[in-house]
Amino acid sequence: MTLYYLLYFFALPVNCIAMILVFIRIYKGPTVFDRIVALDLLITMGIGTIAIYSIITKQPLFLDVAMILALIGFLSTVAFSYYLEKRKDND
Amino acid sequence: MTDILFIILCTIGSLVTLVAAVGILRMPDFYMRLSVTVKASTIGSGLLLLCAAMYFNVPDVTNRAMAIVLFLILTAPVAGHMIGRAAYMGKAKLWKDSKLDELEGMYDEDHHLRSGQSKKELQENDEKKADIQP
Repeated sequence: MTLYYLLYFFALPVNCIAMILVFIRIYKGPTVFDRIVALDLLITMGIGTIAIYSIITKQPLFLDVAMILALIGFLSTVAFSYYLEKRKDND
Repeated sequence: MTDILFIILCTIGSLVTLVAAVGILRMPDFYMRLSVTVKASTIGSGLLLLCAAMYFNVPDVTNRAMAIVLFLILTAPVAGHMIGRAAYMGKAKLWKDSKLDELEGMYDEDHHLRSGQSKKELQENDEKKADIQP
């Protein structure tokens, strides 16, 4: 029982606060590279949050979503960096 | 009894995730932000997924969670290296108190490593550049 209290009142709020901090960096980010790294971190945090949520609801099916999210996150980071390296002027 | 193990894993995972978020917000430099986030986020999500795998305790779910962890461990350094290289080529600034930039002058403007080219190629490239920009 204490596991559920911990997940509800500690793990999920801590993840939520961490996501808000990352959103502040996406808003501030001086260069476009900071924003891409923050986006990558946000997707990785989403995977952790999905893992917590699947424990709370006792539904292991949610882990499939996490797997697809990991794939998409890696692909988006690689695509962004590939085309940003080709670009001539970065802000 | 096993609840204690889950509690420890979830707590450490959440705290490491929070450390990654604070790091990306507070670090002064792009490269420092990159080094904090890639390491910390992999460990944080990895521990949470490990906790989920041990909680369900079915081979099916365990395989799935371990596959995600393996994928994260394999791909996070590759993505970090690619975005770091793109940022260096895009001239992201170092911190003002940075002492050393070991890559400075090692790449020519076409993003090829200078040390990988022979002297003849280097001369040809320089001549080409001189032709383009008289």
